[in-house]
Amino acid sequence: MTSDTHIRAEDLTIAYGDFVVQRDLNFEIRRGEIFIIMGGSGCGKSSLLKLLIGLKRPTEGEVYFDGKPFWASGSREQDLVKRRFGTLFQSGALWSSMTLAENIGLALKQYTSLGDAEIREVAAYKLMLVGLAGFEDYYPNEISGGMKKRAGLARAMALDPEILFFDEPSAGLDPVSSRLLDDLILELRDSLGTTLVVVSHELASIFAIGDNSVFLDPVTKTQLATGNPKWLKDNDSRDDVRDFLNRRASAGEPS
Amino acid sequence: MTAGIEAIETDTEVEIHLSGDWLLARELPPGDRVRAALANAAPGARIRFDAGALGEWDTALLTLLVDLQRRAEERQLRFDASGLPDGAERLLHLAFAVREREGARRRQQRHSFLFRLGNRTLEIAEQAKALLTFTGETVLSVGRVLTGRATFLRSDLVQYVEEAGAEALGIVSLISFLIGMIFAFVGVMQLQNFGAGIYTADLVAVAMVREMAPIMTAILMAGRTGAAYAAQIGTMKVNEEIDALTTLGFDPVDFLVAPRVIALIIMLPLLTMYASLMGIIGGLSVGMAMLDVSLVQYVTQTVNAVNLNSLFGGLFKSIVYGSLIALAGCQQGMACGNSAMAVGQCTTRAVVSSIVLIVVSASILTVVYINLGI
Repeated sequence: MTSDTHIRAEDLTIAYGDFVVQRDLNFEIRRGEIFIIMGGSGCGKSSLLKLLIGLKRPTEGEVYFDGKPFWASGSREQDLVKRRFGTLFQSGALWSSMTLAENIGLALKQYTSLGDAEIREVAAYKLMLVGLAGFEDYYPNEISGGMKKRAGLARAMALDPEILFFDEPSAGLDPVSSRLLDDLILELRDSLGTTLVVVSHELASIFAIGDNSVFLDPVTKTQLATGNPKWLKDNDSRDDVRDFLNRRASAGEPS
Repeated sequence: MTAGIEAIETDTEVEIHLSGDWLLARELPPGDRVRAALANAAPGARIRFDAGALGEWDTALLTLLVDLQRRAEERQLRFDASGLPDGAERLLHLAFAVREREGARRRQQRHSFLFRLGNRTLEIAEQAKALLTFTGETVLSVGRVLTGRATFLRSDLVQYVEEAGAEALGIVSLISFLIGMIFAFVGVMQLQNFGAGIYTADLVAVAMVREMAPIMTAILMAGRTGAAYAAQIGTMKVNEEIDALTTLGFDPVDFLVAPRVIALIIMLPLLTMYASLMGIIGGLSVGMAMLDVSLVQYVTQTVNAVNLNSLFGGLFKSIVYGSLIALAGCQQGMACGNSAMAVGQCTTRAVVSSIVLIVVSASILTVVYINLGI
């Protein structure tokens, strides 16, 4: 595993109209790292993720992938960069009119020269990886929430992405499934060297998988800390960050 | 470097040599020779890998390995993945970690034509029954609303009335004005041949008030409001909002359906009356331009042509259409499945079934009116 910088955020400001969600965000994500975006509810975690996957333009600042600016480049180059991403949305976001195999196969059909039989084989393998062997011909509304999430992960991995983005992977999962998903995330990183960016506020999961993180604060509207969550838990100088990571309500504020 | 695959067979072992880059984007060797080698290997033989010359790899390599391991297991060969790159070995292990659940796989079933025809027919009967049941429930619910025993939000009712009434005025004005003009054109062209051009006023007025205004307004509202009802309620069903209402003790029919039905039953006759007026004005504008009559003559002719029976006949029709549109829209919404696609389907079905119901009931009512001499 190399330790070079894969994604770099520079002075990002996220705003909806005049309403600033976060400002002056600066962080670096190294190749093959699991990077956690954390913070309390409503602090702009998901907005930051939307910005990183190219769905929302930052009001100010720039995101660099492999040193190349993303928002300053043309839409063709942006598409090429985005094709190296895989995204797992919060509730799977599977296309309900397609079977699981078709969900996974759509990008393969569009961007590779594989034939239908080969695409089906790839889809079957991706489903095997997430523990859904044999579910190729099911429609999303015929499987459970946890299975949808895993199928969503299989779809995110369809094109062997360099970067996988996860929006709250453990939301709506029971502790065991959530643990299994964490193990799967670690296994994928270790065997494929994929860079992972995870939005989460599940402490157990943050400590289990996180190598590096950024902590967003809804009050000051900027990042309070970045670093390994396990280290931040005990060593960060700010009470808010330590309270969050130690699951405490701070003395001054109502819990 | 192009990908390569080679099998070296001995009595107790098949050694598979992998070389080059195994990437989805590249041309890949078929690997038939290796599959044949696996098929010919003696039971209990060991499958080994030599990946010394392997370059880059991605899913392309893994799909091959998954296939080989499956074949090896079927023939009870010993599959030894230790010669593979570390990452590939782990992914292969992960892929086989959760075995396919018994009976999970779908069998593709092809049914005969007769089987499908029969099923469709039964489905239609089911749907008719569902609509009838729903109508019954709604009538009871509207009864509860009118006697003040149902829980619903008055502000909702006001909003539905606004959506189904005031907001539809623009499109209703445009369409009925144009329909009035078309009728007047046709009337003038034909009636002038007999020197009876002035009767264009009668033609336009009677046609609009009795038939065209009710049916055109109804079809417009089926596309506009009926579809919206189906989509709104269907989306609520998908989001489990209807379950949320039920668990709080609200009857979803009282809460969602009755106010919508009432709003449309109130507004459709009003819109129809308005549409008749716009149609008559449209006819008037053509009549003034093409006929040699004065405004007063035309208006007097119109007033004499329309009697109260025609007016009430038209309004009664629009009440029937209004309840059919609202019922079809809400029923399809409540029967919606739980996906984005299902919302689309229920909206389509709502519009198609309301239009069919409108036209069928229009025919029935016309025959009834004629027999009653209205």
